[in-house]
Formats: sequence, C-alpha cells, structure tokens
Amino acid sequence: MTYIGQPVKRVDGRDKVTGKAKYAAEFNVPDLTYGYVISGTIAKGKITRIDSSKALALPGVLTVFTHENRPHTAWFDMSYKDQDAPPGSPFRPLHDAKIKYSGQPVALVVAETFELARYAASLVEVSYDEETHETDLEAHLSEGREPSIGMATLIKPLPPKPRGDADAAMAQAPVSIKAHHVHGPQHHNPMEMFGTTVVYEGEKKGKPYFTIYDKTQGAPNSQLYVKQIFGLSLDQVRVISPYVGGGFGSGLRPQYQLFLAVMAAKELKRSVRVTLTRQQMFTFGHRPQTVQDVELGAAADGTITALKHGAIAATSQFEDYTEVVVNWSGMLYDVPDATLEYKLKSLDLYSPLDMRAPGGVTGDHAIETAMDALAYELNMDPVELRLKNYSEKDWTEDDKPFSSKELRECFRQGAERFGWASRNPEPRATKRGDVLVGWGMATGIWDASRMFARAEALLTVNGKLRVSSATADIGTGTYTIMTQIAADTMGMPIEDVIFRLGDTDMPMAPIQGGSWTASTVGSAVKQVCEDLKKTLFKLARKSSQSPFHNADFKEVIFRNGQMALRENPSIAMSLTDIVSLNGGRAVSETSTSMPNPLELKKYSRHTHSAAFVEVEVDEDLGTVTVTRAVSAIAAGKILNPRTARSQIIGGMVWGISHALQEDSKMDHRYGRFMNHNLAEYHMPVCADIHDLDVIFVEEHDEIVNPLGAKGIGEIGLVAMPAAIANAVFHATGKRIYDLPITIDRVLY
Amino acid sequence: MIAETRSKPAGRSPLQTAAPAKPLPGVEPGSVTLTVNGQAKTIQIAPWTTLLDALREYMNLTGTKKGCDHGQCGACTVLVDGKRINACLTLAVMHDDHAITTIEGLASPDGGLHPVQQAFIDHDAFQCGYCTPGQICSAVGMLHEGHAKNKADVREGMSGNICRCGAYPHIVDAVLEVINKAEKQP
Repeated sequence: MTYIGQPVKRVDGRDKVTGKAKYAAEFNVPDLTYGYVISGTIAKGKITRIDSSKALALPGVLTVFTHENRPHTAWFDMSYKDQDAPPGSPFRPLHDAKIKYSGQPVALVVAETFELARYAASLVEVSYDEETHETDLEAHLSEGREPSIGMATLIKPLPPKPRGDADAAMAQAPVSIKAHHVHGPQHHNPMEMFGTTVVYEGEKKGKPYFTIYDKTQGAPNSQLYVKQIFGLSLDQVRVISPYVGGGFGSGLRPQYQLFLAVMAAKELKRSVRVTLTRQQMFTFGHRPQTVQDVELGAAADGTITALKHGAIAATSQFEDYTEVVVNWSGMLYDVPDATLEYKLKSLDLYSPLDMRAPGGVTGDHAIETAMDALAYELNMDPVELRLKNYSEKDWTEDDKPFSSKELRECFRQGAERFGWASRNPEPRATKRGDVLVGWGMATGIWDASRMFARAEALLTVNGKLRVSSATADIGTGTYTIMTQIAADTMGMPIEDVIFRLGDTDMPMAPIQGGSWTASTVGSAVKQVCEDLKKTLFKLARKSSQSPFHNADFKEVIFRNGQMALRENPSIAMSLTDIVSLNGGRAVSETSTSMPNPLELKKYSRHTHSAAFVEVEVDEDLGTVTVTRAVSAIAAGKILNPRTARSQIIGGMVWGISHALQEDSKMDHRYGRFMNHNLAEYHMPVCADIHDLDVIFVEEHDEIVNPLGAKGIGEIGLVAMPAAIANAVFHATGKRIYDLPITIDRVLY
Repeated sequence: MIAETRSKPAGRSPLQTAAPAKPLPGVEPGSVTLTVNGQAKTIQIAPWTTLLDALREYMNLTGTKKGCDHGQCGACTVLVDGKRINACLTLAVMHDDHAITTIEGLASPDGGLHPVQQAFIDHDAFQCGYCTPGQICSAVGMLHEGHAKNKADVREGMSGNICRCGAYPHIVDAVLEVINKAEKQP
C-alpha cells in the first residue's frame, strides 16, 4: 500500500465543490458587526481633519476608528514584525496623521450590517495637507543604494561579491549582447479578498479572548502579530484558517484588515468582520517594479566568458523589501568573470511583498532572454548554448555542488515532447495563415528549501489516525499530500487518515511560501508518524504475553493497519488492538522536524525546469497567443502527480499572464494604481489558455529532506515569461525587452 | 516581549459611540422572501442589499463567493430560474419570485454530486477552491444554454469566471467530459 507518488484525488475536493469549504469571511456568528475600511486618496502628506459626524449620526453605526481615537497598541517596531517582515519599520494602520502611500487605510467604520457600514463610510469626510510624492522608479535609476541587512536577507541572500573582472572579459569577448528590461509592478489578486472574522469570546478573569478566522498563509504568523501588538497572551488569541482562497504570497504577512478587526473587536467587545474591497487589494504589497541590465560575452564556440547582471527595484520609505533577482544567473551559468548587483530605491509606495517566484521570475526573464539573443549572435541552437554552459556547481554559494540537478533531462524530454528538433531558427520564417508562429525556450530555477516544523499524530481508540500541523493549504494540495505521507508512514489505508491544518492550537509550522511546505511539513508528518510507531510498539510489547515481548523495533513492520513481525507476518496485531492497551485512551505523539543545517549547507539545493513555448503573433492586431507549451520539471520525488500537475499548470498560466497581461499601472501624478479592479488588471481567462503539457523528470535527491521531494509552487512559472518572449522574437524578429508584451509593444 | 510598553495616544479624543440601533429613516430594512435551493426563507434586509450579500450574510449560504463585487470575476455565479447570473450585480429584492440555485443546492439531497461537481474532482479542476462554486454554477448554466459543443466553445463560454490558480485546462476537461457523456445518452 503506497500512496506517495500516486495521483490521489484531493481529500478536500468534496468540500470545495459543494460550497462547504469555509474561508475567513464566512464564519457567521450571532451579533456580528461589520467594519468597512476608508482608504486615503493622496500618496504623501498629512490628514488634517476627519469628520465622522454624519456617519455616527446613522442609527446602527457603532463607531468610526481613526488615528485620533484608535486604542493603544504596542510601541516598538519589533512588536509589529511578522515572519516575512523585511528590515525596517512595519506599517501601522491608523497610527498617526501621516500618509505614506496612496490607498492607506485612514478610518474604519463599524456598523451592525455590512450595507450600513459601507454607506456610512461614504459619509466620512477626510481632508489632507498634501506633499510632493515620488513613485516613479524610472525617474530615479541613478539613485540605487545597497539594501539593509536583516532576518529576511538570511533566506534571500544578496548578490555574491564580483568574480574576476567582468568588464575586461566583456571587452575581450568576440561575441556579446546587452539588454535593458523594465518590469512593471504586479498585484497578487487571489480570488478571495482579504478578510478577517474576529469572534469575541467574552472575558475570563478580566481578560478578553478571541477566535480569529483570518486569510493568511500561516495562522501562527497572524497569532503572534496580534498577541504582540495588542498586548495579549497566546492563549487569548486563537487563529484559524482552514481554507485560503489563494495566496501567491499575499498572505505571507498579516494584512491591515486583521489589525483593524482585532482592534475593533477588543474595543467594542463585539465580534467584527472586516473584508477588503477588490480596490483595496491594491493597497498593500505587490511585486515591485524592477529595472535590469544584462550583458553576456562569449567565445566563438559559445562558452560564456563574461556576465553582468544588475537590478534596481522599488521599495517603500519604511521597509527594505528585497528579492533574489540576479543571483540565479550565476547559479545557472558558471562564468569566470561575473558581476551581479542588486540595488533598491525607496519611493512613496507600500512595501512590496513576495509574489509567486519573487525575484526568480524577474531575473530569469532577463538572463534567459539574453541567452536567446546570444544564441542568435553565435548562430547556435538555444538548447545547445545552455548545454555548453551547463553549471555543475554553484559559484554564488562558494562553488557548492547541487544536491541534485536533472536539468539536462528537462532539456531532452521537453524538447522531444515539443518537437523542438524540427524548428527553423530563422525569425519571421514560419506562418500559419496570416499569423506568425514562433518557438522559444528557457531554463528555470528555484530554491528547494526546508525549514523547521512540528506535527502531532494521534491514533484514536477506533484506529483512526489524526495528524495535524498549523500549516496552510492555499490550494497547493497540502491536505492531500500530508494525508498520503501519514498513511504510507503508518501503513494505514488512506480512508482512516485525516490531516488537519490552519489552527494555532496545532503544533507550529512556518508560513506557507518559498515552495518549502511539502519539504518542511512533509518531513514533520513523516517524523511524527515514525515516532508514533515507536510508541505503539512499546505499548504492544509491554505485556509478557505479547507476541512482540522479545521483539526489537527494527523487527516489526506497519502495513494494512497492523503491526507485524517482518520475518513472520502472521504474528500481527491491529493498530486498534494496540491502542486498546492504553486504557481506553488515544495514543498521540508530537514531534519536531529540524533540518540539519550543517549537512544542508554543503549543497546548493534547487529545482530546475525547461519551458518550450509556441506563440502565434498577429501583427495586424498586435496580439500574442500561447498556442502550446511544454514544461519539463526536475523537482525530486513527486508526491502526487495529480495535484503537482495542477500546480505546474497554474504556474504556467501565471507565466503567460506575467509575459503578456499583468501590469499594475500607476499614474505618477497621483501616485496611485489606476487599474485597481479585475476588469482592468488583466489576468488570463479560459479563452486565453490553450494546450499546456507537464513532464516530471525523474530526479533522486537524498539531501533535501527524508522524502526526496522538492517544492513546486514556484518552478512552473519561472521559465515561462522568457520562453514566451523568445518565441515572440522567433515569430517576429523583434526583441521586446519589457514586460508584459502588450499589443502596443508588439505594434510599435 | 516589548508588547507591555504601549504608546499613549496623548491628547486624542475619546472613542465616539453612536446611539443604539434604530431603523434608518427612509431605508428601513424590509422583509423579502427568497426561494433558494427549493426552500423559501424570509429575511430582513435593506433594499440595496445585493443577492450575493443576502445569501452570504443573511442566509448563511457562504458557498457563493465574493471575488470583486463588481461583476468582473464570476465567483458569485448562481442560477436564477436555471440561468447563470452574477449575484453581486443584482439586488435581492428583485428575486422574490424566482427559483435560485446555489452551489449548496446542486448535489441531490442524498449527497450524490452533480456530474459537473464530480468531474471537477476527477479532473482536479481547482486548487484553492474559491472560484470553484462560481465555475461549477457557470458550467451548469452553460450546459442549460446548450451552445457549447467543443473545447473552443467551452473556453469561450467559461471565460466569465476567473481562476487565479490557473486551473483552466482542467476546468475545460471537466466540463467537456460532462458534455460528451450527455451527448452519448439517448
């Protein structure tokens, strides 16, 4: 009985197709009140006056919170820092009269109904003293500075020191290319808007208690944030988040609706729900605007001799949000003379926030379109050029070997499935009716990280296994793969196993991000089940009559819901019978799973991919259509090919979106995102997506974790935008450096 | 931890609290009877309450989702007399004489799933699940319309429902399977 590696259907599927799955703003409790956020309208300055009198005059309006009357909160920045906080001073809602960015929350109206709160919010008058703001990165490209160092830069390392002399090597290279890329900002826009339902549970011994249903990628992250800011103890704050309507990074930090809802509930001693509007989903965290310059120099045989990759990204005035943008170039290509640079410029914006493949998709587009341009300069096939410069070690991390790297197989299998061999490299040479056809490819790379996590496993008196960890399932399939891992480790039928998550009463797990959940929580689930087996074994062998009395743990196996002697499987005891020896009580274990940092540090640990894409370009209309794409993925052991395929397909759709559609357009006169709704912020719909194919290349890795599995949340996206841009060049003969490749950029 | 030290909002005005709830002049909540999934229920709502908010906040039918509140994403798709509509773009009071079906009403009372629901599970046609009720109601409405015969039709007909997780290829496969099975039946 092996479930790992099988295409098990989602265990939460039935709840999701019947409407039973409940998200944060759907926990209805009696006497619930509703908060409605009022957003500021200037990008920089001061609030001079807030007149709430008309709103307060409406019967049913409970109060209007502003910076003038907000309750006490913690004093020091440290209390506001969450697990994903960049170095700096986190934003504090309703802190004072200062406006730091457009759309900043300036007041919260609380009323007996949602309709009333929304109407009352329209009656609140806010006046400002406006100051000159700066929001345009392209106007400040010469002002880049080194980012500050902090906790976040530990997992997102800054570029390594320059290697050799890139300028001299570039000058000597017989073949070289140069490119300048501008990437606009983007917003995560999960389908579920941010919302929090705070249930006021009353007071015990003068202390208030709260159950908080929050949209978050980590319930413990929200819990600690609330505890510290509002001076509560952990037992006063329980955060629950069983289902999350998409995250993509937006839920890695507690958002301001959580702060506002808790503040209101604590002050009013009522249950409060605060849900943001879609417009307000553009008022916290985004993928930052980034400008990059890439130069490659090569020998005539295609050996890359010089690499320069520099990036400057926008951040807020209050935090130094950073991404790994340029390091990937060094991991992919072991170039002897190389300079990688990453700079920041503070602008009057909210702090950027990790958005699916943060930095990776940005930097990969630059280096992998540069590789394509270089291949044309050298008159070489793009795959051949990549094989010629295939890195066997990671110089950005002290020349460490890769824990595993089956990228060659990705190229081979991807190219074969796509039919790459029949490509005519000549640009503008392939037509289908009136449209130009282009084929492009690119390499992708992402981290294979592992963090620390805890999990509990409990075997009930009825022989059912309940495993839990306070992780999240943002659609990734966590519920399903953890159930598979637990069932396999315990040797139980999957029907007898339930995995639960998203509750701070469960053992601690980190925020769900960085493609590390399968590796991190999966290892914890495996660990706790192993520990539970040992406990059950001890229980079973206790009695002198036990057939296992003289057995050693190594001599037993767990399968089919039984524990048996390996050498004589007819000597067996069902798990239910073993639990019954525990005096009518369930048997449980809680374990901590910790990676061995010294061992892991010896290796560079990554997933790899190769994307092959066909586009049709209609030059009369300027439209680009991705007609088919193949992604070959090397990500270690694939725990569930069904949910894994969905994750990669989703990543590929994000790649198409990133390359062709998504762009948060700012009007710099107002410092405000203009297209802040789902009609004008373009994302693909069904009609935009055609044939997408996924190959999982076999890859063995005994380093990354005991499961041999690497996370796959990001890798499906990384290579796609470059592959699409390269296909557009092949179709049209025109290099479009900026993203997204919209109609105007194709036409002019 | 440092949370014990608090900022004192010196000189700030005390919290203003409004009078206890009384009906709003001119816009008193009125009583509306909605028939949802075969059951009639009377609720007290302000006249400008959308059908979406009536379902979610007054009838505890939270299976219908709010993704934009502007008719741009399709997450709130429900069936009104068998036709798919965006519940956020219509007022509840306009539907007192209609039969409304939400995701909660698609499965049969004995728990048997609607073929579209089953096909979504079989094809893994969702990830986070938030757009899923709207996708499924939209697919059922499209099947009622009877125009979708092939992949291109389904892609076009399902393009009013955004899935940010990008499950589109699997959504198309799921809906096509239901269409093909229905065609094989006499």
